Amino acid sequence: MSRSEKLSGEFQDPLADPIVADPVIAGALKHFKASVDAWGEAEFSRPRSGGMRSTAVAQHNWRIAASWAVGCLLIAGSLAGGLYEHRQRQEAARAAEMKAAEQKMRLAAEQRVAPMPVAANIATKRQPTGLKRAANTDEDLLATVDNDVSRQVPAAMEPLAQMMDGDGSN
Amino acid sequence: MDAGVVNLRRMVTSTKSMAAGTAVKPMTADAAEELAAREFAGIVESHRPQIFRFLLASLRDVDLAETLTQECFLKAHRNWRHFRGDSSAMTWLMRIAINLQKDHWRNRRLQFWRHTQANAVGVDEASEWLPSGERSAEQQILAREQVGQVWKAVENLSQRQRTVFLLRYVEELELSEIAQSTGLSEGTVKAHLSRALGKVRAELRGTQ
Repeated sequence: MSRSEKLSGEFQDPLADPIVADPVIAGALKHFKASVDAWGEAEFSRPRSGGMRSTAVAQHNWRIAASWAVGCLLIAGSLAGGLYEHRQRQEAARAAEMKAAEQKMRLAAEQRVAPMPVAANIATKRQPTGLKRAANTDEDLLATVDNDVSRQVPAAMEPLAQMMDGDGSN
Repeated sequence: MDAGVVNLRRMVTSTKSMAAGTAVKPMTADAAEELAAREFAGIVESHRPQIFRFLLASLRDVDLAETLTQECFLKAHRNWRHFRGDSSAMTWLMRIAINLQKDHWRNRRLQFWRHTQANAVGVDEASEWLPSGERSAEQQILAREQVGQVWKAVENLSQRQRTVFLLRYVEELELSEIAQSTGLSEGTVKAHLSRALGKVRAELRGTQ
């Protein structure tokens, strides 16, 4: 039994099997089957380096390549970040150094331009200690004078002093 | 061949359990393995072109069809011991192939950014294939046109309609076999087939 005979014999419902009534469709389906058979046979018998190669292996290769690319990007990013950070720190240190040097230079220039006020300032700063020293010497002098004076009792006052001594002993 | 395929493993077990005193000697496990392997190799050889052709017509992607054919037989090999022989080996293999194809479409839908259709052959290119018969040039052109129209109609079918249509008119399976392969009832298979044929007829009449 041929294929078309089989088809026409199997379908009882004419709506379900339009091939019986329509030779055009039957012919088209026959050609379609022949075409698919020829294509399938040609592709099947074609020497292939491996069916999986172009899809599965290619996908696998793509995945490996993508992971490598992502890994390289991450490494490059972290390296670049580290370098940037290091450079930023160096720049900041250099700027701070320059600022300090500038400040030093400004101070030196200021000292060179106006040395007197500085000396005066130092003098004024030193003045209180000088005064203190002077005050100290005055006090010492007064103390020695007082001591000396207190030892030289006048003769006119001698009996009175003796009286005082006698009263105290009594 | 596939109609007569029986599961050798079961046969071996039944042979082993035969009552003592019979003339049949129990088969060793190694011999059973060897027989099963030989039987499976025969199945692969006889059904591989058919599975490949079905997947090729269904996907129109040569590499993908080859990959899924390999996966189909790998899966079949793994589950060969569970094959009970209730249906023919062809129906069983076709069922595996259809499930693999479904999985592929499902994955493709999920991974929408992947251009898996990039390798697919166009309808025009697919319709170029015709057997070199003793036909006139005019007949060949007409046949090519018709094949192209059928391809266009097949392209617009739903996945289930396409599967049923290809199993019926390319693989020439019986309705019961299609029902077993697809897991549908025969009534549903008939309905899908009728709709698919309606679309093919509309395509052919629309361009006539």
